[in-house]
Amino acid sequence: MSAREAILKKVRASLGASPEDGARREAAEHRLASPPRGIIPARGQLGDEERVVLFCKMAEKVSASVQRVERAEDVPAAVADYLRARNLPASVRMGGDPRLEAMPWARLKSLEIKNGKAGYEDEVGVSHASVGVAETGTIAMFSGPGNPTTVNFLPEHHIVVVDAKDIEGDLESVMSRVREKFGKGQMPRTLNFITGPSRSGDIEQKLLLGAHGPRALHLIVVG
Amino acid sequence: MLDTKTNSAPKVGLFVTCLVDLFRPSVGFAAVKLLEDAGCVVEVPPAQTCCGQPAYNSGDREDTRAIARNTIEAFEGYDYIVAPSGSCAGMLKKHYPLLFKGEAIEQQAVEFSNKVHELVSFLVDVIGVKSVSARHEGSVTYHDSCSGLRELRIRSQPRALLSSVEGLEIREMKEADVCCGFGGTFCVKYPDISNAIVGKKTQNIRESGADTLLAGDLGCLMNMAGKLQREGSGMKVRHVAEVLAGMDDTPPIGGGRN
Amino acid sequence: MQITSPSFKENSRGALADAQLQKALGNVRAGFIDKRLKAVEALPEFDLLRDNARAIKDHVLAHLDLYLEAYEKKVTESGGHVHWAETAEDARRIVLDICRKANARTVTKGKSMITEEIGLNDFLEAEGIRPVETDLGEYIIQLRGEHPSHIIAPAVHLNKEQVEADFRRVHKHLAEGRDLSEPESLLGEARSVLRSEYFAADVGITGANFLVAETGTSIIVTNEGNGDLTQILPRVHIVMASLEKIVPTLDDASQILRVLARSATGQDMSVYTTLSTGPRRPGDPDGPEEYHVVLLDNGRSSMLGTEFQEMLRCIRCGACMNHCPVYHAVGGHAYGWVYPGPMGAVLTPSLIGVDKAGHLPNASTFCGRCEEVCPMRIPLPKMMRHWREREFERGLNPATQRYGLGLWAFFAKRPRLYRLASSLGIPVLSLLGGGKRRFRYLPLAGGWTKYRDLPAPEGRTFMQQWRDGGASVRARVA
Repeated sequence: MSAREAILKKVRASLGASPEDGARREAAEHRLASPPRGIIPARGQLGDEERVVLFCKMAEKVSASVQRVERAEDVPAAVADYLRARNLPASVRMGGDPRLEAMPWARLKSLEIKNGKAGYEDEVGVSHASVGVAETGTIAMFSGPGNPTTVNFLPEHHIVVVDAKDIEGDLESVMSRVREKFGKGQMPRTLNFITGPSRSGDIEQKLLLGAHGPRALHLIVVG
Repeated sequence: MLDTKTNSAPKVGLFVTCLVDLFRPSVGFAAVKLLEDAGCVVEVPPAQTCCGQPAYNSGDREDTRAIARNTIEAFEGYDYIVAPSGSCAGMLKKHYPLLFKGEAIEQQAVEFSNKVHELVSFLVDVIGVKSVSARHEGSVTYHDSCSGLRELRIRSQPRALLSSVEGLEIREMKEADVCCGFGGTFCVKYPDISNAIVGKKTQNIRESGADTLLAGDLGCLMNMAGKLQREGSGMKVRHVAEVLAGMDDTPPIGGGRN
Repeated sequence: MQITSPSFKENSRGALADAQLQKALGNVRAGFIDKRLKAVEALPEFDLLRDNARAIKDHVLAHLDLYLEAYEKKVTESGGHVHWAETAEDARRIVLDICRKANARTVTKGKSMITEEIGLNDFLEAEGIRPVETDLGEYIIQLRGEHPSHIIAPAVHLNKEQVEADFRRVHKHLAEGRDLSEPESLLGEARSVLRSEYFAADVGITGANFLVAETGTSIIVTNEGNGDLTQILPRVHIVMASLEKIVPTLDDASQILRVLARSATGQDMSVYTTLSTGPRRPGDPDGPEEYHVVLLDNGRSSMLGTEFQEMLRCIRCGACMNHCPVYHAVGGHAYGWVYPGPMGAVLTPSLIGVDKAGHLPNASTFCGRCEEVCPMRIPLPKMMRHWREREFERGLNPATQRYGLGLWAFFAKRPRLYRLASSLGIPVLSLLGGGKRRFRYLPLAGGWTKYRDLPAPEGRTFMQQWRDGGASVRARVA
């Protein structure tokens, strides 16, 4: 008997269940087919503008910096401002996300844009979030050809663009979007929910920013 | 305050608790006074001993069940069963029914359990007592004993009645809701750990600046009083019922002629 | 790891006498409790979410075999591999095989209690593979050759001076005169040292907070980002998880996530919640090329259907130990194995046997604070009591305790005899109390009087006084 069979057999024996029990099977299949939504906090259930305001407030509460711009065209200048204000080199790592590529980066002559996955030496990464979550100030990043996961973790500074129209009230709405975008039961290889910059409290419970991931998280909300 | 529906005084069986019976009868008399002042008729069934927690928490289920059966029988026929202890009342109310799951006596245990209350919460929540006529000069700090607090949700009731005592000032200690380290047999099975826990507690008690420590459970009180006295503190320690009943003429717990 | 749970008492005495440890334990009390309370109070739906989280896990456990099968199917569909391990030994072997096939020399590790449970690091090292812990706390204790003393704050028993000394001892390649006096500089040094390890590693091993049956996804929740670097940089990612980590759907995971971080650290969400499904896809610029999940039983299946089944709802948030007066007093190492505090007091006897771990469920005051804060509403004191019952049935508790208890129970069951004995004994004891009304020492009560005085009885018992005319209390008051 394989370990798999042995374990499943033990589980069934302990539960006093038979694999042929149709009612149990139906209950499990039903839950997988139509996931119940559960308790959704009222906190994020707001009108469009209030939801964006809550998103910004919650993100700042977890030590992210937040900037709102009107149009996608304004993003490159906002990125350049961020770099200048912090005395960072004019060089960013950026995946090939089409939403980012459509922005007028060429106007910034001195800015170096490195495409592809992030490496050891990258100081600043720029990404586009797929969804924002207002209840906690969280961004959701779907990995894919234009969205390397390493950009989310290796650079010291992570600048993330999120469209105001993509800010949802709650976590479960992100899950619904995932099902719509990728198909039922399907996922991007990596889905990163990010809530503020990296931190650790492991030494004397003193909370410090910038553990292994980015020391700073800057959110640019478009719209 | 009387039962307006039947217009007759509620008949209360007092569960004295073994520690009050043996070590501090004053608490029992204070409880009787408070109940009678609230319009209850109080009786003390003689066939009671202990709630059974020492056996229950040592894993001795059979002896616990035997003790529980005795107690349930001893208290038949009362409107309410009241104990001056959150821990014992919690045992009677929350745990007795679990001891007889699926047995003929289970229904009886549930009916019994429905009638059980801790003294102070009974006065406030069931009878509707809003104030007591007592006087106590000085400041007190109140420790929330664990079972009363977490099993029976006793927190505001003693403070509400204490604030009606003339001359009394409440000074809250830090971490009033943290265990004192008594834990029944725990304090003698793991004396070193118990000592560390009660040491933190007495520090918070002393830092409150109050001159008297009150709580609703004699076990915890004896533990804290014993530690305070070993530390050389002059803090007076009493059961909350003594102060509420205005019966603070007896020497405090563990206190006598110095 | 060596089990020292049978010496819990000796371990505790050592812990209580350790001034460094006692100072560090102050951080547990100060660090977690208020933050949790604030986060909980800011979410009005918290208790409803707890109810739902409990219901979700209860449903999972009742259908565990079915969700395991569904989960495995989805992992396989997404190109990952599921390995089933009945025992710790099986799990270690499976991990070793994967590492050998990947020609691994260095393995990075995200924080995982289950790899502690199976003693993976020692095993890999003995096989010539170098495991590198990357969570800051885990890294520190690995340097010290210790084990975690807390399930989410593994180095909570240490002070910064101790960490500085370890870094100076191990990081010999760095300048001697560097300043390491503050946690900031210690973190910075660990960050730079570990950066090169992430890139050097051939295999990354993480645990999982959840496994999602709907999609075949593993979820890890971290704050540092080390778990992510561990799983995206090496060529091979191994997820090590026990059976009960399964949840049916993404929504179910979301519900439990809401109570997890709040209970653990008082955050609304941990910084990184990462959902991983299979290996990297065609066109992906990064991510592991192989994705393995090791599903470990190691005793869980035998907890199902018993009074300990509810323990399998545990999501390892650590709230129970953060609120435990016994944990605050002695710290995590005293418990003598992987899982400390109240959750350990229930789980450890299930995993290593109550004969070895008998002290753990006994060393509780039953104050109930653990159950009060448990996000999954696990009745921890009730289950500790179940262990005490099993011990009692098997006669495992000490003889003196049994005789004392037996003698007491003999009287407690016989009210008349009890009355008689107490009415004779108590007045004598009262007299012995003398003018001070208390004892500094009393034979057979040494456990009590070692540290505290014992208040003497007031005089005759309540029952005696009541019978002799105390029937109306007013008579006595007057």
